[in-house]
Amino acid sequence: MANPEISNSEVQVQTPDVSRRDLFRIVGTGLLSAEFVTAQQAKDAHAGMAGMAAAGPKSLNGGALYVPKHLNAHHLKTLRHLGDLIMPADATSPAASEAGAAEFIDFLCSRNEELAVIFDGGLEWLDQFMKRKYGADFLTAKPTEQTAVLDLAYGSRTGSPETAGGAQFFTWVRNMVVDAYYTSPVGVKDIGYMGNGAMSTFSVPQEAVDYVMKRSPV
Amino acid sequence: MFQVQRTPVVHDVVVVGSGAGGGTTVKVLTDLGINVTLLEAGPNLVPEKDFKEHIWPWQVDHRGSGPNAESYFGKQEWGYWNAPNGYWNVPGEPYTVAPGDEFRWFRSRILGGRTNHYGRISLRFSDYDFKPQAFDGLGFDWPVTYDEMSPWYDKAEEFMGVTGTHEGIRSAPDGKFLPPVAPRVHEMLVQRAGKKLNIPVIPSRMAMLTKGIHGRAACHYCGQCGRGCQTASAFTSSQAMIFPALKTGKLKIITGAMARELMVNDEGLVRGVSYIDKATRTEKQISCRAVVVAASACESARLLLNSKSTKHPNGLGNGSGVVGRYLTDTVGYGLSGAVPALENMPRHNCDGIGGMHVYVPWWELDKKNKDFPRGYHIEIGGGLGMPQLGSFRGAAAQAGYGPSIKAAARQQYGTNISFSGRGEMIPNENSYCEIDNTKVDQWGIPVLKFHWKWQGYETKMVQHMHDTFVSFIETMGGRVPNRTFDPVASISKGGSIIHEAGTVRMGDDPKKSVLNKWSQAHEVKNLVVADAAPFNGNPDKNVTLTIVANAWRAAEHLAEEMKKGNV
Repeated sequence: MANPEISNSEVQVQTPDVSRRDLFRIVGTGLLSAEFVTAQQAKDAHAGMAGMAAAGPKSLNGGALYVPKHLNAHHLKTLRHLGDLIMPADATSPAASEAGAAEFIDFLCSRNEELAVIFDGGLEWLDQFMKRKYGADFLTAKPTEQTAVLDLAYGSRTGSPETAGGAQFFTWVRNMVVDAYYTSPVGVKDIGYMGNGAMSTFSVPQEAVDYVMKRSPV
Repeated sequence: MFQVQRTPVVHDVVVVGSGAGGGTTVKVLTDLGINVTLLEAGPNLVPEKDFKEHIWPWQVDHRGSGPNAESYFGKQEWGYWNAPNGYWNVPGEPYTVAPGDEFRWFRSRILGGRTNHYGRISLRFSDYDFKPQAFDGLGFDWPVTYDEMSPWYDKAEEFMGVTGTHEGIRSAPDGKFLPPVAPRVHEMLVQRAGKKLNIPVIPSRMAMLTKGIHGRAACHYCGQCGRGCQTASAFTSSQAMIFPALKTGKLKIITGAMARELMVNDEGLVRGVSYIDKATRTEKQISCRAVVVAASACESARLLLNSKSTKHPNGLGNGSGVVGRYLTDTVGYGLSGAVPALENMPRHNCDGIGGMHVYVPWWELDKKNKDFPRGYHIEIGGGLGMPQLGSFRGAAAQAGYGPSIKAAARQQYGTNISFSGRGEMIPNENSYCEIDNTKVDQWGIPVLKFHWKWQGYETKMVQHMHDTFVSFIETMGGRVPNRTFDPVASISKGGSIIHEAGTVRMGDDPKKSVLNKWSQAHEVKNLVVADAAPFNGNPDKNVTLTIVANAWRAAEHLAEEMKKGNV
């Protein structure tokens, strides 16, 4: 498998630090075979879950060795680049390719014909549009030409009549790139989601309360 | 299926359905030493396999869309992560709806039923909910009072574990509570707004364990109760009631068993249950002393209506003709708005328990001149939740493309606060289910046909909800997305809140009701119904806690009757 971070099967799950099987053993024994869950068992379960949640973000980028499951190599490369223009790196976090956006879309295209048509056709349309307008496909066009088409497509809520043929594709690609980004470790870190762990009691930090109440009209 | 398999053994009690009502019956009867055989139409539940708790989206290739991109094409109503096994459309198990009516019938097909994923909001019905006719002349009085039901609420709460505080509010009777959970930041804002609007916002009453009880570990506040809980810290009938009952040696579970008919003897009493063994597509029959039907309100009505005999030509126990009648669901409407005070809030873990930490009980019970009867409660949503597919599409669409997408997502994350109204529907003559004689499901069982009409006051209630939610959002300085509002278009479809009740109602008069005050059929003393079908009304209190309390009471009564030799 080219990408060690993504499993091929949708049911197989990889967890960092604590093996999921171990966790279930800890939790499951208490529930199903023992008379009571002891305080220690519950603690262990929580510690296991905390360990899972504490695992640091990792890249989901399939890298140069990634073998596409549906898209052709050129389309995959185009999609990676397009994704990085839609969600580029900034001072806080890396670009969409670090979130495995193209690989995510490629995987689902391999599982859903309707989606495959949207991306095969859309990427094809994009190259044809660029060739007609600039004499080069999207990847080989100049950076200013690449952003010029995105300005047309995403410049207003309805898009430009000039790029209307790609309208469905542009909506899908942005939606799925953004989806992929925030369902990846880099996206979760960027947005600052800090949960999916275990707490022994629930409380919120006073700092957050003070910040909001100072800004609130009530 | 010409060779029907019969077992010579006579079982003590056969329970049909393993959700809140069936699970409670199993627990109570096996605790009292009675042998129980439980029929469940779906498969067994294996929490460590079936519950997707604590999995990050990137740990599956499809990130939660479903293995074939289902969510992108509207084909996954509950999302990939949640625990239900069933939904409104069950392959091979259709139902019909009368022309011009709309109704959606949710079915759960797994051990534990809907309790594996439900919201776990646990509210007692109030004194006036049991005597609504006496209260305002509408609906039907129960043959039980709040005071009679209260001790069973105590038992249900103490066993399930329900958070809460003593507030002394008539519409929201206090119970035996575990400690409440501290409010999240946006919930504190809602509390402040409530103070200004003179609307109570109190700690929520939820069946999650803030302390370990009955061998179940305390909650670890991951907020993923809807996915199912490995530690059983969120109540389910499967983990909290049925698995422990197996250890008594008194329980036998038959999964993949779709009940087809209750068979009667010459006296018209139940002698056994006929079911389809789904795996082999064969009909099997088991004999029993008594049967407890808890298959969900409409499925229970269907089973009785499909059990016709010379003694019971209109269906089992249906001399009154009210089986299937007076079907209700909850009136639902929701609105959310972005609250700028929450923008760029310092990040922290605000998962908590799955769902709200505070809620609004009905606050205008004593107000005169309302244009709708009874009332509703409000459920609060919001916070810094785990990002999912779709979470930031709106922010991205506003931003266009480039660095502004991340900036917009950071700013908007956690700023939305949602309000969901859950109101009372008073039973009416035009909302009911009956057998559709023209159609069968894949097991050869005649299907249900639904009729559904709101009466009109429900849309007035929805208007009141909308106005209230707008007041809350604007008081917090928030923005309400769309001010053009049509209550008729905005009200939930019947069945979509999944609180069906009332199809096999109880009462003192056998001419107008099917069951007596112990949920035992007037005409068939060894038949008990133990889900929400016996309910004479459907207050704004969600059904599960009352299902558990009423089933507990019914099961203890059945056990006494069996002991006395009456059943």
